[in-house]
Amino acid sequence: MNKSAFDATDLQAALAGRRVEAVVIGASAGGVEALGALLPALPAGYTLPVFCILHLPGDRESRLAELFAERLPLRVKEAVDKEAIEPGTVYFAGAGYHLSVESDFTFSVSCEPPVHFARPAIDVLMESSADAYGAGLAGILLTGANHDGAAGMAAIHAAGGLTVVQDPDEAQVATMPQSAIDRFTPHLILPLARIGALLPMLESDTHEP
Amino acid sequence: MDADHGAHLKQPSDIDIELRMLVEAVYLKYNYDFRDYTGASQKRRVLAAMRVMECETVSALQARVMHEPAAFAQLLQFLTIPVTEMFRDPEYYLAVRRQVVPFLKTYPSLKVWVAGCSTGEEVYSLAILLKEEGLLERSLIYATDINPESLETARRGVMPLERMRLYTENYQKAGGTQAFSDYYTAAYGGALFDRGLIENVTFADHSLATDSVFAETHFISCRNVMIYFNRRLQNRVLGLFHESLVHRGFLGLGSKESIDFSSYAQRFEPLARRERVFRKVGQ
Repeated sequence: MNKSAFDATDLQAALAGRRVEAVVIGASAGGVEALGALLPALPAGYTLPVFCILHLPGDRESRLAELFAERLPLRVKEAVDKEAIEPGTVYFAGAGYHLSVESDFTFSVSCEPPVHFARPAIDVLMESSADAYGAGLAGILLTGANHDGAAGMAAIHAAGGLTVVQDPDEAQVATMPQSAIDRFTPHLILPLARIGALLPMLESDTHEP
Repeated sequence: MDADHGAHLKQPSDIDIELRMLVEAVYLKYNYDFRDYTGASQKRRVLAAMRVMECETVSALQARVMHEPAAFAQLLQFLTIPVTEMFRDPEYYLAVRRQVVPFLKTYPSLKVWVAGCSTGEEVYSLAILLKEEGLLERSLIYATDINPESLETARRGVMPLERMRLYTENYQKAGGTQAFSDYYTAAYGGALFDRGLIENVTFADHSLATDSVFAETHFISCRNVMIYFNRRLQNRVLGLFHESLVHRGFLGLGSKESIDFSSYAQRFEPLARRERVFRKVGQ
């Protein structure tokens, strides 16, 4: 874990032979701060769609999309039911409903019961995204005090996608990243700063094997 | 793989193929049409059914459903989504009370359609609202769903007592003018709602996927139903609603539902945009 942010050989190795088409990021407790540190690493002109999902208390309306729209040089919005996914856009899951990605690359929302006490649940978004994008998906799981996301990340891994988990030693709350690591071996376990370095690298065309 | 056509078409996974065959079989055998439901949540619900019904594969589930009508009845409880609450999203009911009711009061008699009424929470909520606004007696409410068990639950009107605290809060936020507890009594191990509320309610089996319009209506409430439908079916349903509604009639949807991506986007105009209340435009 002592690698400098500038030495990216491990990141390049994990990306070898991949062509990433979409990124999904899940976080819970401590997630607002973590996303606040991570998302500014997305450069203007970023071409991939990025789906962000963060647990919020209750059914309270989420203002995350508004908050980040002011801070990022990209289109940022709440994902809307039946909306077609556009490149270069950062989408946030809205409050009170599960968010899924459909096989025709549109979003859908649903009010099935909460998963791991969470709605939206990270597992639901990640599993459906893995179904839609297969090996073309990169999944990132950050800080949280919950076991949501572990099954979703495992599904991404099983579909051949890239899996990146925040280093539990660094995460504000280690439970969520640790629970993913306990379930399978992610491609990369990284501190936030290095996940930030990885984000721009995801969008280049097929990486040299 | 065909190089010309393969590039953009992902080969469906085995489970996608099986799911398609399952809903086709259900349609052909039982006439329930789930073919245009959105894939992701349908898949989750079928997987949940497989766990409970102890089937290893979707194909095994399909075989059981084909040969045992009781297994289909069980699967139907998974394929439909009975997750609802009374006065869910109180701001919606407040908008109906403040912005729709004044128009409804101008009609000598009223027809209201609760489409996809599930276990009836929304029906009782609207009946209470109409009663408090002095409209219930001259209203006819059609409450429709495809799930016979849900309709039976709705008819009974017995809700879990432990939900009453949440419902009371919702009711108050929704602009309720009475004591919520006046509308129910403890009975049958739950909260039994006032039978008078459903005197003018017709509970009926109706499929938005396959049935047609049965009445002219003034107000249609269809909340968190079309989120489970793909765009083709959503368009069909919005077409039914447009046809059923009187000139300038009202349509209420769930708080995260959008008609922007449908072919009816221009045929309903928002009356309360955030609360998802629309008015019919045109004929």
